Amino acid sequence: MVEEKISKSIEFSKSFSDHTSALSGQNPLLVTEVKNKLETYDFPTTRSEEWKYTRTTRISSEAWNIVRDAAAVDITPFLIPNLEADHLVFVNGFLRKDLSSQQFENGVHVSQELQNKNLAEPINVFQAIHTAFCTDVLSIRIDKNIQTKRHLHILYVNTASQNIALPYVECIVNEMSEFKLVESFVSLNDDKSFSHRELFLTVAENAFVHLDKIQSQSDNHFLLNDENVSVKGNGNFTVNTITVDGGWVRNNLHISLDGQNIEANLNGVFFPRKKQLIDNHTKVDHRFPHCNSNELYKGLLDDQGSGVFNGKVFVHPDAQKTNAFQSNANILLSDDAQMNTKPELEIYADDVKCSHGTTTGQMDENALFYLKSRGLGEDNARKLLATAFINDVLMKISNLHIRDFVTNELVSRSLIFV
Amino acid sequence: MLSIKNLQAKIDEKEILKGLNLEVKAGEVHAIMGPNGSGKSTLASVLAGREDYEVTNGSVTFEGKDLLDMPAEERARDGVFLAFQYPVEIPGVSNMNFMKAAHAEMRKHKGLDPLSAKDFLRLVKEKSALVELDGQLANRAVNEGFSGGEKKRNEIFQMALLEPKLAILDETDSGLDIDALRIVANGVNALRSPERSFIVITHYQRLLDHIVPDFVHVLYKGKIVKSGGKELALELEARGYDWVKEEVDAIENV
Repeated sequence: MVEEKISKSIEFSKSFSDHTSALSGQNPLLVTEVKNKLETYDFPTTRSEEWKYTRTTRISSEAWNIVRDAAAVDITPFLIPNLEADHLVFVNGFLRKDLSSQQFENGVHVSQELQNKNLAEPINVFQAIHTAFCTDVLSIRIDKNIQTKRHLHILYVNTASQNIALPYVECIVNEMSEFKLVESFVSLNDDKSFSHRELFLTVAENAFVHLDKIQSQSDNHFLLNDENVSVKGNGNFTVNTITVDGGWVRNNLHISLDGQNIEANLNGVFFPRKKQLIDNHTKVDHRFPHCNSNELYKGLLDDQGSGVFNGKVFVHPDAQKTNAFQSNANILLSDDAQMNTKPELEIYADDVKCSHGTTTGQMDENALFYLKSRGLGEDNARKLLATAFINDVLMKISNLHIRDFVTNELVSRSLIFV
Repeated sequence: MLSIKNLQAKIDEKEILKGLNLEVKAGEVHAIMGPNGSGKSTLASVLAGREDYEVTNGSVTFEGKDLLDMPAEERARDGVFLAFQYPVEIPGVSNMNFMKAAHAEMRKHKGLDPLSAKDFLRLVKEKSALVELDGQLANRAVNEGFSGGEKKRNEIFQMALLEPKLAILDETDSGLDIDALRIVANGVNALRSPERSFIVITHYQRLLDHIVPDFVHVLYKGKIVKSGGKELALELEARGYDWVKEEVDAIENV
C-alpha cells in the first residue's frame, strides 16, 4: 500500500520533473522542501470528506506535460466587448507579456516578483505539485488610495494537448483602494489539459475589491482554482464564480475576514450538463466582530451533469455580531443529473445571526404551464424559467458589460432565454 | 367554435367531469356556475391543456380541430386563453419580457414578424389602460408581489394583448373588491366582439351583473345539469344551489 502511495505523486510529475518551479526564485527553501517530500502527498480518494463526490483519478492517471508555447494566440474572441480593461494573458500557465497590456493605470503595479515570499505550506497533493512545479508567477499590487477606472482582465488559455498549467497569482490591494478584477478561463480547442491556478488576494483596510470569474472551458479540460482571500478591517470583497462550461471544475474559495466591519459576498452559478462535474467548495472564516458574509450559489443541472456544493462558515469565538447568510438552490433538469450539496456552519460565538438553506428540485410545473398557456413553447418556457432562476446571481455582476458578456455566453449555449 | 361532447376527466384516479356537453358559438358569452367541487376549474384546466388531468372519454373540438390532441402552447397560439383563478408568480421574469415572448409567438403562428420594441410598447400602454393597470406593473416580475386585484387585472391585460378567439375566465371575480370587479368586467366587455367567445366560470352572480352572459349553465357533479338565459343566474343568486342539487339528486335516487 505504502509503496503504491509513494509512487503516485512522483509518477504523476515524472514527465515534468525537470521543470524548475517559478516559485524557486521567490522561496527556494520551501520549494526544495516540498519537492523532497513530494512522495508523502497522495491523491485523494472519495473516502476523503473533501473529495467525496469529486473523483480525481481522471487527473492523476494522465501523463501531463509542461508546455511553453510562444506561438501567436488570438485572444480577441475572449475579450469582453466594450469593457474598459487592461489585460494579462497566461498561455499554458506562462505569462505572455507579448499578448498582455504593456501599461497599466497609475498606482497599478504588475510584476513577476512576489511581495509576500512567505508562501503557505501545501495542504494537499495538488498544492504540493503546484509549489514544486509552478509554471509562472504574477504579482499585482495596487497602491493606497487608488480607485481604478479600468478593469484588470486576466485570461488563462490552454493551447497544447496533455498540458498542465500551474500559474501563481498574487494580488495585493492596499488601504482605501478600489480594484476590479476579471478572470476568464478559456479553451482554444478540445485538447485534454489541466490547469490549477492559485490566487492569493489581500484586501487591505477600507479597500474594495470586486472579482468576476468566468469559467468556460472544453469538456476535456480539468480546472482547479484555489482562492485564498484575506480581507482586513472595513474591507469589502465580492466574488462571482460563473461556470459556463468545463469537463471537470473544482473551485476552492477560502475567504478569511481578518478584521472588523467587513462585508464579503460570494456568489456562483453553474450549469453542469453532458458529463461535466462542477464542484464549489467555499469557506468563510469570521474571526472578528461585526462582519457580514452573504453567499448565494445556484445550479442548473442537465443530462448526466453533476454538481457539488460545500459551503463552510466558521464563526470564531471573538466574532460576535456576525451576520452570515448562505443559500444554495439547484434545479435538476434531467433524471440523471446529480447534485450533492452540504452547508456546514460552525458557530462558536453566541451573539450572531447565521442562516443557511439549500434546495434541490425540479422546475416549477405550475409556472411552466402558465407560460405555455400564453403560447410559449416547452423549450422557451423552460429557458425563461431558467433565466429567472439564475437572474439574481447574474445581477451580482455589477458591471453591465461583463454581465452582458456572461448573458451572451449562456444564451449562445441555449442555457437561458432573453 | 367550441364543441364539447361527453367530456370525462379525472385527476389522481378521482373522476371530476362525468360527461359534459357544451356548444359555444362565435361571439357568445357562456357563464358556468355551480357549487364548490362541481368541476368548474377542472373544465377550465382541461380546455387549457393542463397535463395533470387525464381525459378518459369524450371530445373537444375547437374550430374543427381536436383540441385535446394539442399541447397547451398550441391551443394558446390557436386562440384559446385561460385567465387563471390563481395566476402564478414567477420571480425573475419581467411581465414585459414574458408578454413580449408570448406576443411574438402569437405573431409567428400567424406568419408575422415580432412587433418592433416601440410598437410593442405602445400596444402595452394601450392594453394596460384598458384594465387601469399601472405601467409600472409591466416592468415588475410576473405577478410577484401583486395584490389579488392586480393579478386578475394582469390576466385580463394579457388577454387583451394576446387577443384570443376563446377566453375562459376561471373565477376571475374571486377575491376582488367591487372596484376591481368593475375594472375587470369593463376590460372584458371592451374585448367582446362577434368573433370572440367567452366562458365565464363563476361561483357568484355578481360578476354577471357586469358581464352579461347569453347563456348560463349549472355544473354539478361533473355535468351540466341546467341551462338557461341570464335570468337563471338571478334565480341561483336568490335561491342558492340547493334546489338544483335536490332536483339532480332526486333523479339519481330514483
